[in-house]
Amino acid sequence: MTHATTAGHGIRIEGLRKRYGEGDTAVDALKDVNMQVAPGEVVGLIGPSGSGKSTLLKCLGAVIEPTAGRMILGEQTIYDNGWKTPDLRALRRDHIGFVFQAPYLIPFLNVTDNVALLPMLAGQKNAIARERARELLAALDVAHRAEAQPSELSGGEQQRVAIARALANQPPVILADEPTAPLDSERALAVIRILNQMAAQYRTAIIVVTHDEKIIPTFRRIYHIRDGKTHEEAGEGRAIDLAPAHA
Amino acid sequence: MISLAGRDILHAWSRFVLTGMGLGLLIGVTLSMAGIYRGMVDDAGALLDNSGADLWVVQKDTQGPYAESSSLRDDVVHSVRGMPGVARAANVTYFTMQVARGARDVRAMVVGFEPGLPGAPGELIAGRRITRSHYEAVADVKTGFAVGDTIRIRRHDYTVVGLTRRTVSSGGDPMVFIPLKDAQEAQFLKDNDAIVNERARNAANPALNRPGLPGLLEAVTDAQSSNHNVNAVLVQIAPGLDAEAVAEPIRRWKHLTVFTRAQMEEILVAKLIATSARQIGMFLVILAVVSAAIVAFIIYTMTLGKIREIAVLKLIGTRNRTIAGMILQQALGLGLIGFMVGKTAATLWAPIFPKYVLLLPGDALRGFVVVMAICALASLMAIRAALKVDPAAAIGG
Repeated sequence: MTHATTAGHGIRIEGLRKRYGEGDTAVDALKDVNMQVAPGEVVGLIGPSGSGKSTLLKCLGAVIEPTAGRMILGEQTIYDNGWKTPDLRALRRDHIGFVFQAPYLIPFLNVTDNVALLPMLAGQKNAIARERARELLAALDVAHRAEAQPSELSGGEQQRVAIARALANQPPVILADEPTAPLDSERALAVIRILNQMAAQYRTAIIVVTHDEKIIPTFRRIYHIRDGKTHEEAGEGRAIDLAPAHA
Repeated sequence: MISLAGRDILHAWSRFVLTGMGLGLLIGVTLSMAGIYRGMVDDAGALLDNSGADLWVVQKDTQGPYAESSSLRDDVVHSVRGMPGVARAANVTYFTMQVARGARDVRAMVVGFEPGLPGAPGELIAGRRITRSHYEAVADVKTGFAVGDTIRIRRHDYTVVGLTRRTVSSGGDPMVFIPLKDAQEAQFLKDNDAIVNERARNAANPALNRPGLPGLLEAVTDAQSSNHNVNAVLVQIAPGLDAEAVAEPIRRWKHLTVFTRAQMEEILVAKLIATSARQIGMFLVILAVVSAAIVAFIIYTMTLGKIREIAVLKLIGTRNRTIAGMILQQALGLGLIGFMVGKTAATLWAPIFPKYVLLLPGDALRGFVVVMAICALASLMAIRAALKVDPAAAIGG
């Protein structure tokens, strides 16, 4: 587990709002969201259903446009009452990593190419992209499955490959949407341990959206989201001590 | 960048190959239909080539002898031979009939010809030419007859003495060549009962059976039971002359209709097989539409099966054109497999068709381009569906 720092790169969100619809039917999904996650830090984002977690994740992931506020990624302001970059696709590809509830690996690519796809999309040569993928797979202890098809992997292995894919372009931030939901306690904690290791190793800010009671005690900082507003509180920061093979 | 389409095809190759084979059989049918049309045109060309004629002299105001019936007196040929520019001319008869071959019938065009003159069979692949005046025949190998076989035409048996190849009517029926006199008789020959009845009818007719005019009844009966008509006179013109220049005086002075080779080709291709060509054209259009529908359906359902992956691809920054390219390449891959299967199938089953199927490389090339164009068009619906996928669908359900 890394220690939180608020200086330097990472992600900072100030007064983020998102309104759906207009007039009488308008719904304010996000009213005043403020967050700051430092490089190497893993924070939890928790809240009940309908609290705005998914909306916040979509705003942070640059797939929907907020209504107002400010988002700073690393040293770059990406949103300030409007997108500051015309190419959101490139923004997502180069600056944001995604880990989903299910791994959603591309079923027709082997493990290495699933990870190498992002650097390839960013214009890297295949050989360099695959070399980068192999490094990440080794760091995540799945190098021995590098040539396997996603369907041949266990659930934990698939999730580790998905984490490797999220790290492939060395983004300043990774958004993890319920990454442990389908896993049992042991594997869920293993995934969190890996996310913490990767955050520390690659100096990446990671936001984990979760309902999972098993992993909530592992966060040192937690953002609660309720009625579209975030409230920061200190977490337990419980240590995780599991062998890598358990993932 | 790796080929996403290629990887997807390899990943689901069995489904792809099976679909491609199904599509390929459809393409094979399409290519065969085009081959049948080409075969009909080639049959028409072969018919004209085999006649050895430069001009076809037929009954006035008819488009005979292949497209319409035409009847000329068989002495017309003598006056035609005397026309300027005519090198050789010969009478010829054509009639299509069921020729008995053992217990079964063979549909054939029986040609009555004069040996050594235009209309005679060309190169033989077996046997010899007809040397007797009667009851010998040369048959196209497609009739199934062999040298030495006996053919029954009307009431007479003919011995097959020679075999030809690719001597067919415009309808693709193989030809049987017999001497002109035999053909004239066969074309108009009545059965014995009919002749007896005709004689009795004449004898009972006081206008024909006049005691004061001995020989009248016999003359009328003879005229009714004999035939001196032919269907056309085939003309070869002297070398170096213009066919139209030779034809024009025959039209003017002999009150006959004369066709040049170009005009006869026009009749055969543009008129005689025009309906069949339109029929085949309709089939080709329908088959093209069905092929497009199949490819569109397959590619569309395959794309719908990957909506979540496409959402993930878009979320992680894949360009729309990369996704569209993946779907387009898959459609083209399906078309390529289909075309290869179809071309192979059409080539293998072409000889089994009863009619001549001529598969031209140019048609295959055009077919390939059309298949690829159809596949590209068919992928548009799937591409549209893929491009409408919201990358947000990958997040939060």
